[in-house]
Amino acid sequence: MNPELQGRAFAPTAPYLVGREKIREFSRAVYSTSPINLDPAAAQAAGYADVVAPPTFAVVIQEATLAQLLAEPDAGIDFSRVVHGDQRFTYSRPIIAGDELTATLAVTSIKSLGGHSMVTAQSTIVDAAGAHVVTATSTLVVRGDE
Amino acid sequence: MNDLTVGDVIAEKSFALSRDSLVRYAGASGDFNPIHYRDDVAQSVGLPGVLAHGMHTMGLAIQPIVEWLGGDSGRVLDYQVRFTRPVLVDPAEGATIIVTAKVGALDEAGARIDLVVTYNGDTVLGKAQARIAR
Repeated sequence: MNPELQGRAFAPTAPYLVGREKIREFSRAVYSTSPINLDPAAAQAAGYADVVAPPTFAVVIQEATLAQLLAEPDAGIDFSRVVHGDQRFTYSRPIIAGDELTATLAVTSIKSLGGHSMVTAQSTIVDAAGAHVVTATSTLVVRGDE
Repeated sequence: MNDLTVGDVIAEKSFALSRDSLVRYAGASGDFNPIHYRDDVAQSVGLPGVLAHGMHTMGLAIQPIVEWLGGDSGRVLDYQVRFTRPVLVDPAEGATIIVTAKVGALDEAGARIDLVVTYNGDTVLGKAQARIAR
């Protein structure tokens, strides 16, 4: 893997408009039973403008930044050898239907360990006003030749 | 939250995954990696068969905590996991994931809840922790 990826500036992703039905679909897929994830009236009664996305929904917005990383012509990352090592979400506020979100990628670490490479990708996700919503951080392990 | 003690089990739940659940998660998340729905592709990269998405396991493992919060997923401030073992999903039998949520730490701001997530008796997530706002 190309160590020069660390510190490179990436363009923000195109704005992602969070849809109510997308949140409901995602919520069902992760077995959410929470009324605020599924029912706009329940979300409003709890003080939210619309349905609230489950805690891991940010991966849907983050995905575009990981695609940017893998598509970087000089990255040297073979997608078929990539394994997801770890994942973290750090929220300033939950994602709500109607949010228009933009993600910006930074490669914060590249390491080699026993023939494998580990790249840490941090995606900072902000709303239409530019305010921080969530930071999604993934470590991808790229397996070396066996 | 005031009556909690470190070590308390706050929730326990099991989830029965099937191949159908995996396809549903693929569509909902946009992750269409075929190792999550095609045995031939999974086997061609050295896996025994179709695996659940790691993010699917992460996404469902937080749900017992959200239920404990009365459904307020907005109180989850931080959530992290390490993917330590794959979850193989048999085409006929599926796979059962068992989640146990315990109080890991308490402070002024809230609680850290630690998750033990197992499949077939083995843990599949490491350092699975969520920070919950008071």
